[in-house]
Amino acid sequence: MSSEKPPAPSPVFNESGLEIKPVYTPTDVEASGGSHAVGLPGQYPFTRGIHPLMYRQRPWTMRQYAGFGNPRETNKRFKYLIANGQTGLNVAFDLPTQIGLDSSDPAAAGEVGRVGMAVDTLRDFEIAFEGIDLERVTVSLTVNGSAATLIAMYLELARKRGYDIRTLRGTAQNDILKEFIGRGTWVYPVQPSIRLVADTIEFCAREAPKYSPVSVCGYHIRESGADPVQEMAYAFCIARVYADEVIARGLPVDEFAGRLSYNFNIFGNIFEQVCKFRAGRSLWAQIMQEQYGAQKPTSMWLRMIAGGGGSGLTKEQPELNIVRSAYYALIGALSGTQTMALCSFDEAYTIPTEYSARISLRTMQLLTTEMGLCDTVDPLAGSYYVETLTNQMRDQMEKVMQEIEAEGGIVKLISEGIIQSRLSAQAYDRRRQIESGAFAKVGINCFQIEEEEPEVQLHPYSDEDAQAQVAATARVCGERDSSVVAAALAEVGAAAAGDSNVMPAVSRAVSAYATVGEITAALTGVFGCYQEPIRF
Amino acid sequence: MSRAVKVLIAKPGLDGHDQGAKVVVRALMDAGFEVTYSGLRQTPEQVVQLARDAAVDVIGLSSMAGSHLFFCRKLKVLLVEHGLEEKLWIVGGSIPAHDHAALREIGVDGIFPAGTTLQEIVTFIREKVR
Repeated sequence: MSSEKPPAPSPVFNESGLEIKPVYTPTDVEASGGSHAVGLPGQYPFTRGIHPLMYRQRPWTMRQYAGFGNPRETNKRFKYLIANGQTGLNVAFDLPTQIGLDSSDPAAAGEVGRVGMAVDTLRDFEIAFEGIDLERVTVSLTVNGSAATLIAMYLELARKRGYDIRTLRGTAQNDILKEFIGRGTWVYPVQPSIRLVADTIEFCAREAPKYSPVSVCGYHIRESGADPVQEMAYAFCIARVYADEVIARGLPVDEFAGRLSYNFNIFGNIFEQVCKFRAGRSLWAQIMQEQYGAQKPTSMWLRMIAGGGGSGLTKEQPELNIVRSAYYALIGALSGTQTMALCSFDEAYTIPTEYSARISLRTMQLLTTEMGLCDTVDPLAGSYYVETLTNQMRDQMEKVMQEIEAEGGIVKLISEGIIQSRLSAQAYDRRRQIESGAFAKVGINCFQIEEEEPEVQLHPYSDEDAQAQVAATARVCGERDSSVVAAALAEVGAAAAGDSNVMPAVSRAVSAYATVGEITAALTGVFGCYQEPIRF
Repeated sequence: MSRAVKVLIAKPGLDGHDQGAKVVVRALMDAGFEVTYSGLRQTPEQVVQLARDAAVDVIGLSSMAGSHLFFCRKLKVLLVEHGLEEKLWIVGGSIPAHDHAALREIGVDGIFPAGTTLQEIVTFIREKVR
């Protein structure tokens, strides 16, 4: 028998750059900072989850992203998803709506209703949510550049339908700083954009205190090239900007922080993702308690929607995306997310069909019904590996946040295009690693097959539908009281030019059936438009 | 030594997904090309203006949100009008196979859907532009 030891395995690093050992022991947990932050679910620092019983009490909300064409078609898809057991709606808007253009705007030509629902006036919301109980189903609006208008529109819709907006729940994405990094539906320059986010937070804290006006997105930062540690750290830096802006207006942290939520990405290494969320929960709780003096536990909660993960899916062998998404859903469940959404397997090609959207929904439902994922909270707690990596990732996130501060803060780095450049360099490196085979991706650089592009059912685009939307809005505009609209729009401009909150004026404009484009124009008239820094 | 090949990479329409376009820009720069990147939300008129200003050899569009056919039809008219139709015209991004024939008919020379390697794009440009 040979006395030689087997050769040491070659080192393995996760995407965040942390070396992964072949075996973990209690010594590793201690060396990484110990178990003091593990605690109990529902207790500070919430590493194990924000609620004591988590999914035992209530499974995560399932909220597939949906919306296309005109409000009538979208209403049908919403009802289909609800009939199939979906418990929340996640509204996709077309690009003109997202950047504050009316369907009739020349720049909107060819884009009306293409990647989401077209919305011009409150009438479109009335149609889209017809027959849907806004108290039973929570609605998330995926909108950023024109979020102030769309939030006002949603609250006005609820008010007109007789709901008490003081108890109405719902979410808007409304995270403009990440739009400058990735996703790109910005409208106004950086500073007034931040002000508008603060206006919505302040307005909702006073008028609609159960509504979540912002969902800070690590998701798109990750899609733009960030590693998992950067995804969390950059999102926290951005959330702090909004919080600071609102606090500077005199609103105490506990009056709004509980309604801030997050949107994070899931793809890649299973354990790295789970530890990312566990680490992020305790770091955010610590930031809110120690740096902001939050007293209420809800202010310290990292409430999130997690899912995805677009960048993890491939166009090659698209059926594998069903399997990948199932693993991503498992990660989300092991991570204690409040809400989950999965990309559908055909999403690299087209807007999901009813069939593919249902597969995504069933993927989550399998976990809650057949697989025991709701039985016990944070089942990976106590694993030497998971606790060590959670500690290490938390340290890394803090380090990245400190570096951003040392460089002048996230707003400066975004305004100058530095973050964008850094992330696109990382995305380029990763692309080259995938092409060279250094970073394994099934179907792309290993286990490939000869394949023809499959016959996927492409979502049709109809120019007639776009024209019908333009005509419908023209009819709405013809029926409204134009003097009320003009006065409301003037108020929007005046509020923007001064330092009062624009939301009351925007709400009045929306209620008078002013269009998204009219309200945007009133605001750009004061704020101007964002000029994108080009930097490589 | 021959001069560097000049390439415009533009983001047509309202689509905000620029990760792919920026990765391609970096790959083309590393390949020694002189690259102009447009930024988001370019109209056909702006694309033509940038192509003329930089006197590019290659006009590249990156489209991820489905409006490529619509945009290319409008751009084609302007390319002809400004005598740019001989420039190498390439389109990449989320471009379903279903639309490739129509794009070629409009006059697009190279189509690089998601999944194309960076090297394929570089090689194509090197072969077509002397």
